[in-house]
Amino acid sequence: MDHLPALVNEARAAIAAAEDAQALDQVRVRFLGKKGEITALLKGLGRLSAEERPAAGERINEAKQALQADLDQRKQVIDEAALAAQLEAERIDVTLPGRGEVNGGLHPVTRTLERIESLFQHIGFEVAVGPEIEDDFHNFEALNIPAHHPARGMADTFYFDATRLLRTHTSPVQVRTMQSQEPPIRIVCPGRVYRSDSDLTHTPMFHQVEGLLVDEGVSFADLKGTIADFLHAFFERDDLEVRFRPSYFPFTEPSAEVDIQCVMCRGEGCRVCSQSGWLEVMGCGMVHPAVFRHSGIDPERYTGFAFGMGAERLAMLRYGVNDLRLFFDNDLRFLSQFN
Amino acid sequence: MKFSEAWLREWVSPALETQALADAITMAGLEVDAVEPVAATFHGVVVATVTDKSPHPDADKLNVCQVDDGSGEPVQVVCGAPNVDIGQRVPFARVGAVLPEDFKIKKAKLRGVESRGMICSASELGLEEGRSEGIYVLPPDAPTGQDFRTWLGLDDHTIDVDLTPNRGDCLSLRGVAREVGSVTGTKVSEPTVSTVVARNNAQFPVSVHDGEGCPRYLGRVIRDVDVTVKTPLWMRERLRRSGIRSIDPAVDVTNYVMLELGQPMHAFDLDSLEGGIEVRRAAVGERLTLLDGQEVALDDSTLVIADRSGPLAIAGVMGGESTGVTSRTRHLFLEAAFFSPLVVAGKARDFGLHTDASHRFERGVDPDITRTAMERATELLLSIVGGAPGPITEVRNPATLPHRGSVELRRDRLASCLGVRLADEEIQRIFRSLGMTSSVSGQTWHVQVPSWRFDVSIEEDLIEELARIHGYNRLPATRPEARLWLKADDEATQPLKRLRRHMVSRGYQEAVTYSFVSPELQSLIVPEGVSPALANPISSDMSVMRHSLFPGLIKALTHNLNRQQHRVRLFETGLVFQGALDDLTQTSMFGGLICGPRSAEGWSASREGVDFFDLKGDLESLMAMSGCMEEWTFVSASHPALHPGRSARLERNGVAVGWLGALHPDIRSQLDIKPDVYVFEVEQEALTRGVIPKFKPLSRYPEVRRDLAFLVDESVGVTPLVEAIRAQAGEWLTRWQLFDVYQGAGVEAGAKSVALGLTWQHPSRTLNDEEINQLIADVVQAAQARFGARLRS
Repeated sequence: MDHLPALVNEARAAIAAAEDAQALDQVRVRFLGKKGEITALLKGLGRLSAEERPAAGERINEAKQALQADLDQRKQVIDEAALAAQLEAERIDVTLPGRGEVNGGLHPVTRTLERIESLFQHIGFEVAVGPEIEDDFHNFEALNIPAHHPARGMADTFYFDATRLLRTHTSPVQVRTMQSQEPPIRIVCPGRVYRSDSDLTHTPMFHQVEGLLVDEGVSFADLKGTIADFLHAFFERDDLEVRFRPSYFPFTEPSAEVDIQCVMCRGEGCRVCSQSGWLEVMGCGMVHPAVFRHSGIDPERYTGFAFGMGAERLAMLRYGVNDLRLFFDNDLRFLSQFN
Repeated sequence: MKFSEAWLREWVSPALETQALADAITMAGLEVDAVEPVAATFHGVVVATVTDKSPHPDADKLNVCQVDDGSGEPVQVVCGAPNVDIGQRVPFARVGAVLPEDFKIKKAKLRGVESRGMICSASELGLEEGRSEGIYVLPPDAPTGQDFRTWLGLDDHTIDVDLTPNRGDCLSLRGVAREVGSVTGTKVSEPTVSTVVARNNAQFPVSVHDGEGCPRYLGRVIRDVDVTVKTPLWMRERLRRSGIRSIDPAVDVTNYVMLELGQPMHAFDLDSLEGGIEVRRAAVGERLTLLDGQEVALDDSTLVIADRSGPLAIAGVMGGESTGVTSRTRHLFLEAAFFSPLVVAGKARDFGLHTDASHRFERGVDPDITRTAMERATELLLSIVGGAPGPITEVRNPATLPHRGSVELRRDRLASCLGVRLADEEIQRIFRSLGMTSSVSGQTWHVQVPSWRFDVSIEEDLIEELARIHGYNRLPATRPEARLWLKADDEATQPLKRLRRHMVSRGYQEAVTYSFVSPELQSLIVPEGVSPALANPISSDMSVMRHSLFPGLIKALTHNLNRQQHRVRLFETGLVFQGALDDLTQTSMFGGLICGPRSAEGWSASREGVDFFDLKGDLESLMAMSGCMEEWTFVSASHPALHPGRSARLERNGVAVGWLGALHPDIRSQLDIKPDVYVFEVEQEALTRGVIPKFKPLSRYPEVRRDLAFLVDESVGVTPLVEAIRAQAGEWLTRWQLFDVYQGAGVEAGAKSVALGLTWQHPSRTLNDEEINQLIADVVQAAQARFGARLRS
């Protein structure tokens, strides 16, 4: 019994010296295990007298509890150090890029077309599409452009034979829709169109979105309001100035060209707007009664408006693209700028 | 239509600066394309008289001249122009003058002789393109000493208007002036044209055989003219400012009248005409050499001006070479006619021509201006070339002359169309300013359309006129009202938008390639494919419609490979055109292409190149969006553009709808593409057609999984093997996994090991081992019977 204090001191030294969980456990086994040295002292209590036994037992138990507390404390320190070491060892460079496929992207024309479609879909327009190899009737005749009409010279047409051609606008889709549907009609017609023109500012193929609204009591004022709303929404600028200029399309009357204040220079005059401060962005007008008659709609009962715009032109203005031909080179360095 | 601002202001001169005037013209619907000064910037140039000329002592080609520049002192100047002569009036740049391009005139010595100024040529003053021949000799009445710019009115602008084809009436000063007057509310003053009194009875007979094509024909003989005189400078300047070159007085006057009044005219050399004028259809086989030297073959669709000897001119398009005015012409025959737009329309283009005359006749010339134009041209000609006019010969067919009736306009229609009611006074003012007479009865306006307006015949035309002149931007803007209307939405069909975005998230960049491709490339890719060819392609490499998306995608690939872009993943959607024109299908396709490394280059990326299964995986994920993956099969098949061992026909429910495969190595080498390329295209409809999900109750009983490895010949397709196994695995098979395909050590040569995990689950009870063992026995037996498959031990 007398060597209990020495034993405790020895145990404390051993606990403090244990460097890891395993060494610490060996210390525990050595002193507090079933065959441990402290445990042995407890077992030796039987050899003491009944008077001595309680006090001795208490001393041994106190020593045992104190050592257990030391062990627990040491264990916690060791565990914490081990966790810290593990965490340190597992440190990674979180600034490295992530793994996996990088995103691709939509073509800027698609992006623009979808945006235009969506703006009109929000007010109840539906998307309509049609064939690109068209016939003379749907591309011209039904739109009040008979053979030899000077307006045929307005769009240089790609022909296959005397009557079949590549559509020069998406208006034939409007005709086809009016032929097959009763008013009210609200559609937008996006798609590829073709004109035999190729220079810095023309490509032989480009994209248009045309729109058509036919109902009772539709007015030129409604057309103006819708177009102005659209342009404000498209460019996300409520203060964008919009002006309507009289023009001529055989399929609408009255007809207008729509100009916006130049979005590059805010109307100050720059190279993009040829110093005029204005940019022509679309054509529009009230549907000509002859077009209604060709499509089987009563022009006395219904009126309507139609409009058309070039997607590439709007994309160029929206995203600042300065060369039309880039749209069809499909250069990844160009395309990926719109991802 | 190009004209000088100063000329326009003689007709109508609103109190607006040049740019504001141009804006007003634009806002009337006559789009001004350009406003340009009629002369370059220069100053210090005066009209001077050459008073003396002597050869330069030390230079053969130079003269030493004295000029009177109005300063009182003679000025000595050295001049190199061969045409300089004593007595000439010339533009003279004094010392201190600045000519175009900032060319400063200084005192100089030329080979030792002092020269104080410069006698100018037209090109040196920016009045002529290119380099002028000699100095600009002015008419003798040019006032010595006056500032040259002021004297010639050079502080003027050319206004170029891009007219829409409906506004033929504005192809003249008269027409533009009317519009300007109307839109600015300014009075228009027309020059008075007086009737020329005939000085003899000289007439040349005219007969019109096609009254439809030529409702009105006027002719006049002017005898004893001198066409060798020069057209007066003021007229040449006006023509120049309108973009027309001066030729000779006869041509210049007809052009001038055309610009002024809109009436194209023609002057014949009377002595070259035989018999009389016949306006008729050409006979098949007749030929004519035109003024531009081109010989054309005619047929009965062409209206011609002929005489006894044959066709002289294509009516309304161009005159002939043999009857044109030359310096030897003594007598003129002037023509002013109204040819119907329908007979002229398209004619010029048929002959590859486009003339000022055809441009106007196609759009419609005022049929009531013919006589005025004839009188005006006569008057101008007499003042320049002299001569004695005969009386006008006129052939007129009232039945075929355009008849402009009265058009009705309902007040309510006007208000409902524009969304506003215009005041009666405003309506009347606008009609009056456009030369329309109007009256009201009840709620209807009756409007008499003037002879020059070929574009006004219905109510909407009048509405447009009112809106246009009132000003589009003064009209209200409203938002259309409509009934809210919920429409059925087809849930099963996948929107194309979603498919596109799916490809984007798998790393694809969307391409848009031309719908027409090179026939050589197309025949390399789809040698048997028939697709329409353009009759008038822009170039031969864009001349046939694409039969497939492959040519365009491959072209886009090579564009990128040539620009050091080695990892290419592209997709495109759009129509392909298959079959001859009469048997054509235009089908929406969805296609893609991959090439280069499997992953984008990166610190942990695979550096392996893509293979068939990369693209197949992307395609399968696209197919799976429809929710009916089991309807699709990949059938080993060959396609001319694809590697025969690495290509599959895509079938949905047994119907072929597309292709997937490696681009054929032979095609790659012909196109000089080094890396492997994988492509697919599928009909969009097959990808978008889907199903609405249908719920199946979840089973509460345990799953049983068994893994089986089969040995089969390497030629056996895994999908047919799996299909056969599934067919035998009973109705409780809920899932299967292909977890290994192996060839190599442990498997005999020519065979492969295919390992499958099969999972069963019963909806309402636990499956026992006997049942499972029986199913496995059935499966193994079926695989053995159909494919010779053995279980690998």
